Amino acid sequence: MTLRGTRLGAIVGTLLAVVATACSGGGPSGPPPVELLHVSYDATRELFEEVNPRFAAQWARDHGGQSVQVRMSHGGSGRQARSVVDGLEADVVSLGLAFDVDALARQRQLLPASWAERLPNASAPWTSTIVFVVRRGNPKGLRDWPDLVRGDVQVITANPKTSGGARWAYLAAYGFATRHGHAGRRGDEAGTEFVRALFQRVPVLDSGARGSSTTFTRNRLGDVLLTWENEARLLLAANPDDGLEIVMPSESILAEPPVSVVDHSVERHQTRQAAEAYARFLWTPEVQEIAARRFFRPRDPEVLARHAADFPVLTLFTLAETFGSWDDVHRTHFADGALFDRLQRQREAE
Amino acid sequence: MAHRTRERPRGPVAWAVLGVSVVTVAALLLLPLVVVFVEAFREGPARWVSAVSSPDTVSALKLTGLVLALVVPFHLVFGVAAAWLLTRYDFPGKGIVLTLVDLPFAVSPVVSGLLFVLLFGARGFFGPWLIDHGIRIVYAVPGIVLATLFVTLPFVTRELVPLLDAQGREEEEAAASLGAGAMHILFRVTLPRIKWGVLYGGVLCAARAAGEFGAVSVVSGQLRGETVTLPLHVEVRYDEYAFVDAFAVATLLAFSGLATLGFKAWLEERARRAMRTTGESG
Repeated sequence: MTLRGTRLGAIVGTLLAVVATACSGGGPSGPPPVELLHVSYDATRELFEEVNPRFAAQWARDHGGQSVQVRMSHGGSGRQARSVVDGLEADVVSLGLAFDVDALARQRQLLPASWAERLPNASAPWTSTIVFVVRRGNPKGLRDWPDLVRGDVQVITANPKTSGGARWAYLAAYGFATRHGHAGRRGDEAGTEFVRALFQRVPVLDSGARGSSTTFTRNRLGDVLLTWENEARLLLAANPDDGLEIVMPSESILAEPPVSVVDHSVERHQTRQAAEAYARFLWTPEVQEIAARRFFRPRDPEVLARHAADFPVLTLFTLAETFGSWDDVHRTHFADGALFDRLQRQREAE
Repeated sequence: MAHRTRERPRGPVAWAVLGVSVVTVAALLLLPLVVVFVEAFREGPARWVSAVSSPDTVSALKLTGLVLALVVPFHLVFGVAAAWLLTRYDFPGKGIVLTLVDLPFAVSPVVSGLLFVLLFGARGFFGPWLIDHGIRIVYAVPGIVLATLFVTLPFVTRELVPLLDAQGREEEEAAASLGAGAMHILFRVTLPRIKWGVLYGGVLCAARAAGEFGAVSVVSGQLRGETVTLPLHVEVRYDEYAFVDAFAVATLLAFSGLATLGFKAWLEERARRAMRTTGESG
């Protein structure tokens, strides 16, 4: 009887202990865990898979062992922005272009319009640019932008209305033509004529950068792929047997993919402190190094110097100096019925 | 065995028609299936096992399983009730209801998904109120279940309406005149005669629910390990240049498709036999 009593006591005791542990979240008596939702674009999948555990370790060191879990969502930049506007409660967003972050401020005031000023480098922790990927031995001899609209060259790029990378590619092409002239024209006339000729050579417009990479490599369509520098490097690494080559044009655009805390969400989730620490963490030498190894051009001069061989020097012109603001660019080029739509309709009519 | 003798194709026209059909079936149906399996096992069976047992694949499998477990039983009950209502009662607007049941077949799945974003999104009709009360529909599991419910709505009802129509009301009326209650009639008279139809509709509904991409993709939000169903996971891995993984996960869907086909064939055979026995006894 006493034996049974003790056993019963032990069982009840164990059960209580189990329940108590379960209620406290399973861990030893630490602060409650934090969850962050980070909504990002396609090209950063591999990068943040590596960055997130580092941040969690850093945060735990600084906050008495508190665990932080970063949940990820990836997709085309414009589409991701739209999901956040429609209620995907991202604590942090990192998107392909500032215009998509602006949308969060413009359409639902989820963050202040001055979001870009809150972090260094207009909130872009690294930069990238648009390069060419060509087939083994560069059979068509494509060296620079003017070569792309020569003879029977077929160009692969995504739809600039839906893809951040393709938007940068379109702007790089247009910018190059306005700076150097094209077909005897100058300024915007040259730019318009050049992108018209360029997009006439695009047989399929995928909706995202990853889609057009696959069209180029797996479906073997086209002579040259216009894409992010980091996507190009990843593509070569993923298809080692194809003999693909990267061609750096003489000039391209400085692409600045930004990051921001989403004020509306962090206030609701009470995660501002962790979200801001996460965004700032991207500028640490540790993450800059990871970014450089993933072929994003780091902002940190020391890290950049270490990886100088990976990032050939070319003239990079900025969006601001060539086009003005993203709002101007959108109105002139990508809004419904703007230049890109008109060129597409012209092409269908031909 | 054969009650009717079938002729062999005669003449060049018959052979040409046969040839075109065989080539079409092979090119459009068999070839993609073969490609899926070849690509999935390109790096050997061990690689396939590691791909389908990765944590993200397992969570996608669980989510698709959960969706099936909620959607299929719901539609079995709803489909029987709707078909019963539509064939046994006359009411104003019946034609409209019959047409509405088909609506999910008529609209593109992507539009169905957007519809839920427009209803339950943060800028949607009910969205702001729901979000204020801490209820998440879109970009969460409930949205995925709702979108799947919507696109699979017609299967069971569509299967049962013609069956119930063909059977007529005589036996049920006889049961009623002998004093049977409505529940008794449903379970003892009506359901046993349409059970193969119910199962058949359920199988089609399950196949579509497991494979739905468009509508679910719109409401998912693509949260890794949380709102990514099997078909979405195939796309995710493909976009990550993990082609072997993508095709390995696709084989899971292919297996479930093949199982569905097999089960469907078995059901049809059973239903035919059941029909013959009732035909002989009647």
